Formats: sequence, C-alpha cells, structure tokens
Amino acid sequence: MHEWALAEGVISTATRFAEENDLTEVTEVVVMVGELQQVEHEVLQFAFEQLKTPLFKNAEFVLKTQPAKFRCRNCGHEWGFTAEGMTEEVSEAIHFVPEMAHVYIKCCQCGSPDFEVTEGRGVWLATIKGVRKAE
Amino acid sequence: MGRVIAVSSGKGGVGKSMVATTLALSLLEQGLSVGLLDLDFTSPSTHVILGVEGLYPEEEYGIVPPLAHGLKYMSIVHYSLDEPAPLRGEDVSNAIIELLAITRWGDLDYLIVDMPPGIGDATLDTLRLVPGIEFMVVTTPSVVAYQSVRRLLLLLRDLKIPIIGVLGNMVVNRSRYVEDEVKSLGLRYLGALDYDEDLEATIGDPGRLMKTRFGKGVGKLARGLP
Repeated sequence: MHEWALAEGVISTATRFAEENDLTEVTEVVVMVGELQQVEHEVLQFAFEQLKTPLFKNAEFVLKTQPAKFRCRNCGHEWGFTAEGMTEEVSEAIHFVPEMAHVYIKCCQCGSPDFEVTEGRGVWLATIKGVRKAE
Repeated sequence: MGRVIAVSSGKGGVGKSMVATTLALSLLEQGLSVGLLDLDFTSPSTHVILGVEGLYPEEEYGIVPPLAHGLKYMSIVHYSLDEPAPLRGEDVSNAIIELLAITRWGDLDYLIVDMPPGIGDATLDTLRLVPGIEFMVVTTPSVVAYQSVRRLLLLLRDLKIPIIGVLGNMVVNRSRYVEDEVKSLGLRYLGALDYDEDLEATIGDPGRLMKTRFGKGVGKLARGLP
C-alpha cells in the first residue's frame, strides 16, 4: 500500500481512538510496519507530519518494523522474506498489493506458492499515548 | 464517484467480462467518464478483451489508474503481469481491500466492476466495502447457469443490494425461461443478447468489438440504463 494512503489510515484510526477515549492530545503513536510491504519509513514519517491535525501537534510517530515470515501450507517449511534478487517491478507489485507475494515468491523447500504470511504483513497501530480530558 | 455497477454472475463462462468491458466502452462513447475495475483476481480477462498490456498505474498520493482506450483501468494484472495468482479467500479479501483503498479514481460518472463468478469472498467483500453498488447479473439461457444466478439474486435481494436487472447472453434459441424466472422474483429482465460468432475475432480490438451485434446490443443497453 502507498505510504500516503497508509498515513491517512493511521491518522484516521488514531483520531477515532482518541475521541472514543476522551484524549485531548496525542503524544505518541507507535506504528508497526510489516516488512513485506517494504514501506519507506522516511516517506511515511513525512506524510504523518504533513497530514497531522492539531490533535497530534506534539505527537511523535514511532515506526517499528516486524520481519515477514512465511509458512508453506504444502510442506510446512518456514522461512523469512528477502527482497534480494527481486526486480524493482516485482518489489513494487508486492509493495502495493502484498498478496502478489503469492505470484512471485515460492516455498524455498518444495516450490509451492501456497503459503501463509504468518508475520510482517500490513501496517497497524500498536499503542497510542495521550492526555485524557479532566473528569 | 457516480454509479458503481458490478457485472456479475453465479457462474463463469457466461460472458461477464465481455459485457462489463463493452458496457464500460459504451458509456465512454456517450461522453461519460468511466472506470473499469477487474476484480476477477484468479482469472482476469478484461485486459485481453481490451488488448492492453504493460500498463502501470502512476503513484501519486495513492495509485492513479492508467488509461486503456479512454477507460480508467485497474486490474491485478498491472501487478501480477499475467502470471498465475493462486490466492486463498483471505488473500483475495486483503487484495481487494488494498486495491479499493489505494486507487484514486477521481471524478467518474460510472465505475464498472467485472466481478469473479459466484458468491464467494470477492463478492461478499465487494458488497461490504462498496456502498451504493448496484448489480447487473449476466446469465446464459441454460438452466444450469440460471440456477446459480438465481442463488446470487436471492443473496443480493436478502442483503437489499440494488439489482439493475438480469441480462441474457449467448442466446441461440429464444425461450422465455430466464425472463419468466427473473420476473417471478420481481426483478427486471434486461433482454437477450444473441450468440455472436463474430465476437471472438474482435478480442483485443475494442473498435471492432463495438461494431459487432453484441457491441451494439450492449450499447443500446447502456443508453437506456435504468
């Protein structure tokens, strides 16, 4: 997925969370980024800065990467992701639509494209810190 | 975004992709702004009908669909490059969410969606994620095809999804079977398109496709779209 669309999604989810929990100010947002999507952290960080609303005025956006792991449904083999040897075209395809991993990545033991992405897919909010409205 | 029309069927092989592509091109001929989205991830085929290859979306705060003969065109083949995409249900759902979330269609009068057949994950996700979507359902006159279509129609009706109507396709011998069945469900029958033996030779050449009896029939349907 594209970084700007991701940043918009994160800000909108964090805003909803802040509203639901009576936060008047958000001070820290920890975002987990799955390795599979090969998200550019600098671009995502820049998008956060550009898109943040007054609620996030003093917020720090912390990005953490979760390595991608696969498990073959055919032979049970488990392995990790590497972008090494991938053409830019393939790398971009997986960046935009991570499910394209099933087109370009095969189990390194049995060659099956039928594998599960057990970790490291997607982008999600891990924690939010903020100041709660006084009772 | 104007109207979103899903061209769907209970079964494969009834000409959904031909109808979806030709409908999109017909609306374009009317001077409208039209998008075509191929959601049949495991068997995408609208790019073959359009005769386009090597298209790649531009990246600009999301992705901007490339133009194919004037249509804003999105298909998984932009990324899978015609390699097999063996996706399980959850992967199909995630890929649909991804494509819907990142594509910037801009101002459209119509978005035509070529759906995968049946009532599996892709159909259920599209119903869930695209508010206001309307369905045009395609069938052949075969009892086998219609019985699957009927199940799709019942599902859509139960979920209160607007159904534009049911279109008969590849008709060789005229019969009232499908029309009567559709009307008995209280739905609109959109007419029958005869089997057109000239169609296969126009695959990859939209200009010729639009001049066939099939093309003209879909064009008429597009002009009178309820």
